[in-house]
Amino acid sequence: MHGVVDVKDHAAKSSETPSGPLLEVRDLTVEFATRRGTVTAVSEVNLTLAKGETLGIVGESGSGKSVTSYTVMRILDRAGRIAEGSITFSGMDVAHAPESAMRDLRGREMSMIFQNPRAALNPIRTVGAQIGDVLLQHVQADARTVKEKVIDILKQVRIARPEDRYHAYPFELSGGMCQRIVIALALACRPQLMIADEPTTGLDVTTQKAVMDLVTELTRERGMSTILITHDLGLAAAYCDTVMVMEKGKVVETAPAERIFRDPQHPYTRKLMRATPRPGITLRDLLPEEPAGSPAQNPPPQARTSAQAAGAPATKVLLQVENLVKEYPRQGAPSAFLSGLLGKKAPPEERIFRAVDDISFAVLKGESVGLVGESGCGKSTTSTMVMRLIDPTAGRISFAGEDISAVPAKDFAHHPMRRRIQMVFQDPTESLNPRYTAERAIADPLLRMGGMSGGAKLRARVAELAEMVGLPQNLLERFPHQLSGGQKARVGIARAIALDPDLVILDEPTAALDVSVQAVVLNLLEELKQRLGMSYLFVSHDLHVVGLLCDRVIVMRQGRIVEEGRSQQVLDAPRDAYTRELIAAIPHPPV
Amino acid sequence: MLKLIGSRLATAVPSLIGVVIVTFMLTRVLPGDTAAYFAGPAATAESIAEIRTKLGLDKPLPAQFVDYVSALAKGDLGSSLSTGQPVAAEISARLPASAELTLAGLILALAIAVPFGIMAAVKQGSWVDHACRLITTAGVSLPVFFTGLLLVYVFYFKLGWAPAPLGRLDVFFSAPETVTGFYLIDSLIARDFETFRAALAQLAVPAITLAIFALAPIARMTRASMLSVLSSEFVRTARAAGLTDTTVIITYAFRNAMLPVVTTLGMVFSFLLGANVLVEKVFAWPGIGSYAVEALITSDYAPVQGFVLAMAILYVVLNLLIDIAYGIIDPRARSEA
Repeated sequence: MHGVVDVKDHAAKSSETPSGPLLEVRDLTVEFATRRGTVTAVSEVNLTLAKGETLGIVGESGSGKSVTSYTVMRILDRAGRIAEGSITFSGMDVAHAPESAMRDLRGREMSMIFQNPRAALNPIRTVGAQIGDVLLQHVQADARTVKEKVIDILKQVRIARPEDRYHAYPFELSGGMCQRIVIALALACRPQLMIADEPTTGLDVTTQKAVMDLVTELTRERGMSTILITHDLGLAAAYCDTVMVMEKGKVVETAPAERIFRDPQHPYTRKLMRATPRPGITLRDLLPEEPAGSPAQNPPPQARTSAQAAGAPATKVLLQVENLVKEYPRQGAPSAFLSGLLGKKAPPEERIFRAVDDISFAVLKGESVGLVGESGCGKSTTSTMVMRLIDPTAGRISFAGEDISAVPAKDFAHHPMRRRIQMVFQDPTESLNPRYTAERAIADPLLRMGGMSGGAKLRARVAELAEMVGLPQNLLERFPHQLSGGQKARVGIARAIALDPDLVILDEPTAALDVSVQAVVLNLLEELKQRLGMSYLFVSHDLHVVGLLCDRVIVMRQGRIVEEGRSQQVLDAPRDAYTRELIAAIPHPPV
Repeated sequence: MLKLIGSRLATAVPSLIGVVIVTFMLTRVLPGDTAAYFAGPAATAESIAEIRTKLGLDKPLPAQFVDYVSALAKGDLGSSLSTGQPVAAEISARLPASAELTLAGLILALAIAVPFGIMAAVKQGSWVDHACRLITTAGVSLPVFFTGLLLVYVFYFKLGWAPAPLGRLDVFFSAPETVTGFYLIDSLIARDFETFRAALAQLAVPAITLAIFALAPIARMTRASMLSVLSSEFVRTARAAGLTDTTVIITYAFRNAMLPVVTTLGMVFSFLLGANVLVEKVFAWPGIGSYAVEALITSDYAPVQGFVLAMAILYVVLNLLIDIAYGIIDPRARSEA
């Protein structure tokens, strides 16, 4: 049997009821009926959760970590069923309990917080009413007291101005605030068990820290048990007592948090640990010890070391951004047309929001520059302006000595400079045409701007590009939905480098990928840069990842640059208080 | 909300101007010479020219257009050449008849299709779902004049449940005093329940005919949109919070699923106005559709222009109502305005 940790003695210390663990899962196997037959999503999972304990379930996509937790709450899709095994929650047989009993249990005794908090809330119902629904359902309040209780709960999850927020809709709140509402929903009835399914994915690091600290504090003070499902080993290390690692529906290792990082037993755990970006390592360190499975046959890149050994890179400036400004009309403010019509003029500072506020920087030839900051800091607006998809309000963008900001965004697609700047997008799936094969997708820029019109030459070039990004030739005929996340990322990269660009803008290219795939893709990017002499403008919220790939880092906040410097120096000795806060907020496993 | 209504009305002005221009042009390029038609088959060239001058058809098009618009500005839609009646009066008498029939059909369709669509989505793959598919397929594939005649045959001729399909009210009843122009409402206002029952009996079969036609798109849309909402993350959250099925389906899923249904409703209403022409013919309904068709056949352009203009205004009002409904259901639409 895979390591089942006996946490009973641990539980005895913190729990006053000696009647055994709160949750016990034995030999759980879950199957899904699909068109192609039965698929086993989870097999023979064992876990024990004591009262007050926090268990982390770690694994990459498809590991069965979410299915396991959904099964515990019995909220699987209709296609899924428990094939074998038992789930015991507070002495109750969950696998065979009637639906009505489960409904009473859900929300009151066990609850769940979800990934993507905005989608997890009903978009057209006020958040107060949604929390109220749960309270009323479980008879924790009646029609008279419900509002008062909801406001009380909002206060507990640190929502400022709870009386006003009671009437707010999810779209009026920030992502972090929505996650607090989801937490409030989950904790409203003071359950004994809370399952958090990737609760901070998509949130900024500082918001992640605030949310996780809040969850920890609230669950601890109520003596609740928590299951934290995450792909982030660092997060699990920072917040869990016990960590369970899953791979392909099976538990490969379960151990107390500090032991699993000090002394990982299973090769998969070790691989995950290696692939997690952390301070003081090089890109090469992310890959498994023996890169036998590495699809790129080129010599391993001397990534960081070579870039650093080169000292000052070639001093030729490729991209020069000067005093760049982008202003937007503030949301909710009447449009210029309407206010002009009414003859009213709001003061300019109220109508205008400066997304990018007078920034200047340069990217040298062959250099990688990281643009880091939290959502709304203006990093994406900046990269979109450099890509010339939107027009700047003021300022100058020079590329290879030519002022490209003078060309209107709508004409830039036909500008000769256009082929020299390319982009790799955040979501590898969304950024590929679902009706194009991989080959057609890679050929697209060659057909549009490369002056090629099909035939053997085009085919050869696409094959060459696929080889460069390590995409097996037999996958070229496939459509995006037939490719894995990593393969789709490779298609996106091959498409971006098809025209031999001088500058590639990487917009969080690995944010949607599993850590082990991220490790491979980051190494691939570094290798391609060395081979083709491109420059990168790497947009990300993850300072560690940026530090690994980039020579220099620019930290942005509220449209301004707060710090700029060599990666190592910014990471090791940040000068600005905000940068320090960002670095401190990143959870990482004990090294 | 008022701002939303105001801005929507403002955007409707250019489309109304467009409608005025296009209908004017269309009625002029239609085949058939109005003057020749009214002069009769035995007319000489001189008499045709005389009629043409009388009608102002000998003037250049721009001048005719200026005449038309200046008359329109005074609320004068011209007179029908065949009946001599002013078009504005005819339309205001006939429009309520059509509107009453169409709305009754639409409301009936909604009352059946929406619960049906919800049940089909909630119990996907069950007999309700299959029945929903069967009925909606039948509904779209049967033309309205066919279902209309079939219903008349069964309910009037065979069973004798329905009155003769001859207009809005049996000849033995007099129309209630006009307030809204809708007989059902006017008779209730007048507390004349006998007339109400008679009007309802006349309305029932044509309204059912229209409802069968309108059922399909509404039920299909409700089902599809319920299915997508039921698989969304916030429904999962609601389930994970232990809310009952009723709360999840009605408060959480259905209200969100309404949004595309409301949009479809606008389209369905426009289909119904088209289908109305045939239903009015079958049931001798004194509506605006049959009026327009007769005018079109005789190249009587004033009623055709009036009809198209009335329809355009109806559309603008309808779309405004849909936007308002949208705003009531979806707070996001409210804040964008």
